[in-house]
Amino acid sequence: MFLTSTQRGGARIVSVKAERIDAAVAIQFKEDMRVETEGGPDRVILNLSDVSFIDSSGLGAIVAAMKQLGAGRRLDLAGLRPMVDKVFRLTRMDTVFTLFPSLEDAMAELEG
Amino acid sequence: MSHHSSHSFKANERTVRDGITTVMSQLRARGLADQHAGDVELALVEVVNNVVEHGYAGLGGGLIHIDAQLSATGLDLCVSDFGRPLPGGHVPPMQAVDLDCPRAALPEGGFGWSLIHQLTDVLRYERRGTRNTLLMRFFLTGPRRKRQRSAPPAP
Repeated sequence: MFLTSTQRGGARIVSVKAERIDAAVAIQFKEDMRVETEGGPDRVILNLSDVSFIDSSGLGAIVAAMKQLGAGRRLDLAGLRPMVDKVFRLTRMDTVFTLFPSLEDAMAELEG
Repeated sequence: MSHHSSHSFKANERTVRDGITTVMSQLRARGLADQHAGDVELALVEVVNNVVEHGYAGLGGGLIHIDAQLSATGLDLCVSDFGRPLPGGHVPPMQAVDLDCPRAALPEGGFGWSLIHQLTDVLRYERRGTRNTLLMRFFLTGPRRKRQRSAPPAP
């Protein structure tokens, strides 16, 4: 599988170990996110620092992963590389998610 | 610098990823700069995904052809297929997805054409016989002169 997760502070950190989140893996991604985040802390941080490319199918899968967390839980995104960041800005999804430059920045907000 | 190449591959999710990777590595090798390559790849992926998911949906698949014409000033990509025509026979207009809604109602799709519009400088669709051709042109020099091709004319 291409997701790994750890717990740090009060957050579940899910890291994507793949270069692309695209149409070929979008459904699998959503399902794996469900498994990785089930029953964990309310805050989930998705670490995208290994991902260099995402398409609209991948974006939709991240939105789906956020929705399936349910009320009271949140999904933050960290480590967006330039083309990934661009997809979020062009679709205005940067207004829906909180984007952090790195996992450390996301953790700093948690601890600070 | 002027370079032409043609590529064909089967329209399914796995083969199109390899096909587009091949197109992009050839374009990079022929001088397409990194600053443009990301936009080109994203637009191409979105167009090809549409062909796979809509154009050939339920038709048992088919072939996708990509013609690339790269010069110092621009890149033309022609994507052809023999699937269904675009609804209404034209490119859907630029339309931002509505995000002003409760989280549970957020859209999980419908972003593709919005991205394609924003990433390309010229977008032209043609249906001839059973063949669909979408031309995407990217200006590679100077300021981008993006026009709202699908917007109604100004009053």
